Amino acid sequence: MVLTILTVGAAQFDFGGLNVPIALIIASIKAGVVALYFMHLKHEDNMTWVFVIFPLFLLALFIGFSAGDVFTRLLN
Amino acid sequence: MGLVSMTSKFFKSLAYPSEMLPPIVADDEHHHLDPQLEHSAAKFGMWLFLATELLLFGGLFTAYAIFRAKYPEMFHHGSGSLDLVLGSINTVVLIFSSLTVAVAVSAIQENKIKLVKLMLWITIICGLIFGINKYFEYSYKLHHDITPGTDIFYSLYYAATGIHMLHVFIGIGVLSFILHRTCKGYYSKDNFTTIEIGALYWHLVDVIWIYLFPLLYLIG
Repeated sequence: MVLTILTVGAAQFDFGGLNVPIALIIASIKAGVVALYFMHLKHEDNMTWVFVIFPLFLLALFIGFSAGDVFTRLLN
Repeated sequence: MGLVSMTSKFFKSLAYPSEMLPPIVADDEHHHLDPQLEHSAAKFGMWLFLATELLLFGGLFTAYAIFRAKYPEMFHHGSGSLDLVLGSINTVVLIFSSLTVAVAVSAIQENKIKLVKLMLWITIICGLIFGINKYFEYSYKLHHDITPGTDIFYSLYYAATGIHMLHVFIGIGVLSFILHRTCKGYYSKDNFTTIEIGALYWHLVDVIWIYLFPLLYLIG
């Protein structure tokens, strides 16, 4: 909840191109805290970790390649 | 050769952590696996399901990234028009409810049934508050003729928050079911897998919102 206040607070300032990364980093810290402590991911076995990390990797691939495709077209 | 055997050892250790290899108990009444194994298998299954949920929302996040890059002014305008106060309240409410459901999971492991019931009640009420806020937000928007067809930003806004809202309602349903069974005395410190899995689902709903909130409301 402290982090939420931080997110809203940070959004009031203009960091230029850094706005999005800063908001996403704060969101990721929040999500990380929820996963590690509330969801007890810290105490889970390796198998669970693999199946948490792998979808995140897929998601990164998915967003990365789709965005890369669109952006390279926009440049032309 | 060394590399191959090392790799296969690694994967075997992933598939069969040593503590997960109890003998399968022959049980006359229940044809189930060993309770410990069943517990970790159920939890693992839930994580697997959560992974698919993540990819479901992944499509929306991708669409968001691409259209935001294409039409920055539209997203700036749209994001600025959303109600930041209601959005922030909802974020706090949802994170708080995530905390209470986590407390419920810890409490059941110490057989504190009363605390479990209280925490589940608070979580469900928080979910309902979230829904009521969202209802006000939607009706305000629709009243001003802002519909999913207005532009791509609102189309994404309604799709993302709508699917998230659906998850909140399913979560409320699951937790109500668990609360009902807790009141009937189903769960104890030896049998709390269902509570833990329901809580995992609720945490996912929270995590998704943690990302949706800054993306839709804050960074325009």
